[in-house]
Amino acid sequence: MAEIPVTHGLAVAGVLFALGVLGVLVRRNLIFMLMSIEVMLNAAGLAFVLAGARWAQPDGQVMFLFVLAMAAAEVAVGLTLVIQFFRRAGTLDADAASTMRG
Amino acid sequence: MMTLFYAAAIVAILATTLALTRTNVVHGLLYLIVSLLAVAMIFFLIGAPLVAALEVIIYAGAIMVLFVFAVMLLVIGRDSTAEERLRLTGRVWVGPLVLTGLLVAELLYVVLGYGPAAPLAGVEIDAQRVGLDLFGRYALAVEMASMLLLAGAVGAYHLGRRLPSVRLADRRPERDG
Repeated sequence: MAEIPVTHGLAVAGVLFALGVLGVLVRRNLIFMLMSIEVMLNAAGLAFVLAGARWAQPDGQVMFLFVLAMAAAEVAVGLTLVIQFFRRAGTLDADAASTMRG
Repeated sequence: MMTLFYAAAIVAILATTLALTRTNVVHGLLYLIVSLLAVAMIFFLIGAPLVAALEVIIYAGAIMVLFVFAVMLLVIGRDSTAEERLRLTGRVWVGPLVLTGLLVAELLYVVLGYGPAAPLAGVEIDAQRVGLDLFGRYALAVEMASMLLLAGAVGAYHLGRRLPSVRLADRRPERDG
């Protein structure tokens, strides 16, 4: 039996997801916050594929493809917003966006 | 054979930790790419070759290149040559190089035929099975994903245009009448 216990794979996905959450909470640089979100999406995709492999069904991989498409769209919009923010505020610090116009 | 999986998992976790604790964005991106490659290795080992390839091509390739482009756009005002020289000092490469070297060693080990005869999750789910499901039962979801990507592209184009320059820092405090 050379099979990985599915729990170990899920543990890896869980650790990666936790690292992503930690990154979003701790970092104040907008680019690093976006990277943390990518890490979380990737960990979720890993969990999907592991679950699909556990039940020997392709559905997990199909879901991963959708996560991939969503991540691509999200990064495109997110990075544009970051660039726009940098043009206005002159910094990447998320705390610089604490004041509103009104 | 389990060692291969655990090695890739440790590389992934280490690289992610290092990626999110860097102060320099480009260093972080380097480690993040290593982390994605390690996850691709895990996909390959558990018998999901299509997803492993897509992880490398789309995640580590396309999405990370988008990040690099954005970073380049952001530092365009500064002295970019000095910036570049600062980034490419020798020590920067050591960490990612060691971690990637581990992954390459694993890959060679598998490709040269010492690897597991069967995928570690028991059964391999190849591109054909995924494709049949994707364009069969999930065809509607594929259409929705394409709409999402179109919306993303249009949205990014719209948001990325140059607005009349208003800087948060320069704006005078306004009083309510």
